[in-house]
Amino acid sequence: MAIKSKPRVKVPSEAKAGEIVEIKTLISHEMETGQRKDSTGKTIPRAIINKFTASFNGKTFFEADWFTSVSANPYQAFFYKASESGEFTFTWKDDDGSEQTASAKLTVA
Amino acid sequence: MQLRSWTPSRRETMGLGLTALLAAALAPCLVMATEEAVAAELKKLYGDKPMADGKIKLDLPEIAENGLVVPLNVDVESPMTDGDYVKAVHVFADGNPLPQVVTYKFTPQSGKAAASVRMRLAQTQNVIAVAEMSNGTLYTAKAQVKVTIGGCGG
Amino acid sequence: MISRRDFVIAAMAAGMLASGARGAFAQAARSGKMTQDDILRFDPVGTLTILHTTDLHAQLEPIYFREPSVNIGVGDARGLPPHLVDEAFLAYYKIAAGGPEAYSLTSLDFDALAGTYGRMGGADRIATLVKAIRAARGDGNVLLLDGGDGLQGSWSSLQTKGEDMVRVFGALGLDAMVGHWEFTYGAERVQEIVEKAPFAFLAQNIRSAEWQEPVFEARKMFERGGAKVAVIGQAFPRTPISNPRWMIPDWEFGLREEDLQKQVDDARAAGADVVVLLSHNGFDVDRKLAGRVKGIDVILTGHTHDALPAPVMVGSTLLIATGSHGKFISRLDLDVKDGKVAGFRYGLLPVFSDAIAPDPEMTALVREIRAPFAADLGRVVGRTGSLLYRRGNFNGTFDDMICQAMLTERDAEIALSPGFRWGGTLRPGDPITFEAIANATAITYPACYRNMMTGQQLKDVLEDVADNIFNADPYFQGGGDMVRVGGVGYAIAIDQPMGKRISDLTYLKTGQPLDPSKTYAVAGWASVNQGVEGPAIWELVERYVAATGTVDIAPMASVKVSGA
Repeated sequence: MAIKSKPRVKVPSEAKAGEIVEIKTLISHEMETGQRKDSTGKTIPRAIINKFTASFNGKTFFEADWFTSVSANPYQAFFYKASESGEFTFTWKDDDGSEQTASAKLTVA
Repeated sequence: MQLRSWTPSRRETMGLGLTALLAAALAPCLVMATEEAVAAELKKLYGDKPMADGKIKLDLPEIAENGLVVPLNVDVESPMTDGDYVKAVHVFADGNPLPQVVTYKFTPQSGKAAASVRMRLAQTQNVIAVAEMSNGTLYTAKAQVKVTIGGCGG
Repeated sequence: MISRRDFVIAAMAAGMLASGARGAFAQAARSGKMTQDDILRFDPVGTLTILHTTDLHAQLEPIYFREPSVNIGVGDARGLPPHLVDEAFLAYYKIAAGGPEAYSLTSLDFDALAGTYGRMGGADRIATLVKAIRAARGDGNVLLLDGGDGLQGSWSSLQTKGEDMVRVFGALGLDAMVGHWEFTYGAERVQEIVEKAPFAFLAQNIRSAEWQEPVFEARKMFERGGAKVAVIGQAFPRTPISNPRWMIPDWEFGLREEDLQKQVDDARAAGADVVVLLSHNGFDVDRKLAGRVKGIDVILTGHTHDALPAPVMVGSTLLIATGSHGKFISRLDLDVKDGKVAGFRYGLLPVFSDAIAPDPEMTALVREIRAPFAADLGRVVGRTGSLLYRRGNFNGTFDDMICQAMLTERDAEIALSPGFRWGGTLRPGDPITFEAIANATAITYPACYRNMMTGQQLKDVLEDVADNIFNADPYFQGGGDMVRVGGVGYAIAIDQPMGKRISDLTYLKTGQPLDPSKTYAVAGWASVNQGVEGPAIWELVERYVAATGTVDIAPMASVKVSGA
């Protein structure tokens, strides 16, 4: 199950220098655990997003390794300390190697 | 079956919120993680390094409203400066088929060593967090979450 | 905040602890029946009065309601109010047996005392008391708050999805309410009520599942009696577990202690002289919470239906317990000086319907609300030969009757009925009207299912529900009383951990132990699952009562309790 829909991100567009802002993200994904069996008794193979990365102006500041216990349609919230204007890039990496990204601009006054 | 909601096959389904109970009952062969499995994971990561209590705030519901979606917030006390910050946080669940839940890597630019995610909990169990500080010291915290088949209105 | 010293002074001034006499009841203890003046007599303190109703369960008319004779406290709550019943309750509060206090607060000699003192509650009687207190104190000095479970519990509330009580609360001039059973009308209807109602609906502890953002207004600042009063709402934190989650799929509840602390701190920062938590947590949860969240002056408790004639003090926080079904309203006068509570006086005002002149406007409104349903409400279905009541930890005769109805009407071996705390009481000889049946069954998920369950599954259900009541930590408790059973008996050891409390499950028909691996036909209602099918429980009970004619329910002896 590859990533199929556009991720959603909530992040303020402006912040003061030194302000810690909260970032919330959501992506649609089954997060198939590899523990389930289908109706014929065959194990459904694991298919999850296993890594989430957040960077600002190209520099990674937060990473999350997700395992099978993470709920379907993963939600991840975290923080960033604003220092300069620029752009966030968020990356979701699937077990099958595919990636999905989202970005958001932040203006620091 | 274990981590999915149970779809009733009968026209009249059971009462009293039996969903979780039946899901568990219908998957009796699933091997669950244990405290030992969590300890083994930690040994792989950090050997026999001592861990202290404290610094970590593990925010979880006392009783899960939905075992498939349990909100988990972890917040580690730290100045988050270049010289003193939280490098990593590992979260485990000792009653799930696999013990690992999530591993976070923070940087001083994170501002706060805090993050929220939603997790699956197959049954009543402990959630364990371990934080690795930039100087290598380790902290741990544990919280129990009850997964219930439901109360009775009130 | 109130220091313990202030409390003692205030309490002594009110004669509460010193003599055991409390507010309105003091007169009646001497003179037998109470008059409206007795009920309203109150030596005011300060300039601010808070009035509290809770768990009215949409009872527009006066009813009988027998308090529990079994209400076990566990852990730190063991042997403390509200877990004192009958003689122990009377002894603790120094109340004489046989008077109006004993009648309204205990189950002792219930039928005989009900004959003397009559029904309690009624929206028009409550309106009279509220109006009189507003008149005496000045309109701008009184805050009227409701603790939830107001919009559900009767046929007219079910038919109007709570609109009947929204109108009644509006007419009473309610300032704010919180919720629990209200949520069983579904998210859309709750939001409609919140938008339209002329009062605030407060809940600090509900978040959108998707983005974890607040769904409702958390608190509201009121100016009354020259004081700024911050009211913070706390919805029943276990609603999605105790009631159908599918009706409110996008909301997450929980206690959210830290968010509550932030609300208290923010309220103080915004200039609050008084901070009130309008709570539907249940008494034991609030008692624990009061010791952990700092800066709350008053917790108006609810959910567990406890009626206490004096406040319980935790540190500097007052806990008020107003009972249920409109039997009581609470009056709390606060003396606010220099931005804090310097003193208080409290009275639990009993709503004796025979003593209080009904408020004509409210009488007219209630009549109008009930008119469309008059034929159903008044329909006499049968008669009871014995006292029919619900409240109590393990069983009540009303639920025993419901279980009998399910066993008979659904041809089941075992019946399960939810441990709801609401529903009126019928006296021996009373007619059983459809209204009386609805007062114990009117919910939005009434289907009575029939299904096969193994003995082991049944034990697991009982263990799980028992832990929701008897977990030693109130934060791990949730829901109502123990699930009621028909067709089986069991023993329960309260002080054991989950999984080890229930034993000796017996199939009553044969007297043999329940076989863990055998399947039994089980009938039950109020399943929290979606898509449950079966007849509505009230139809089934009506059929059973009609066929039986006169119902006689012997006191149940098939649940053996130990370790309390």
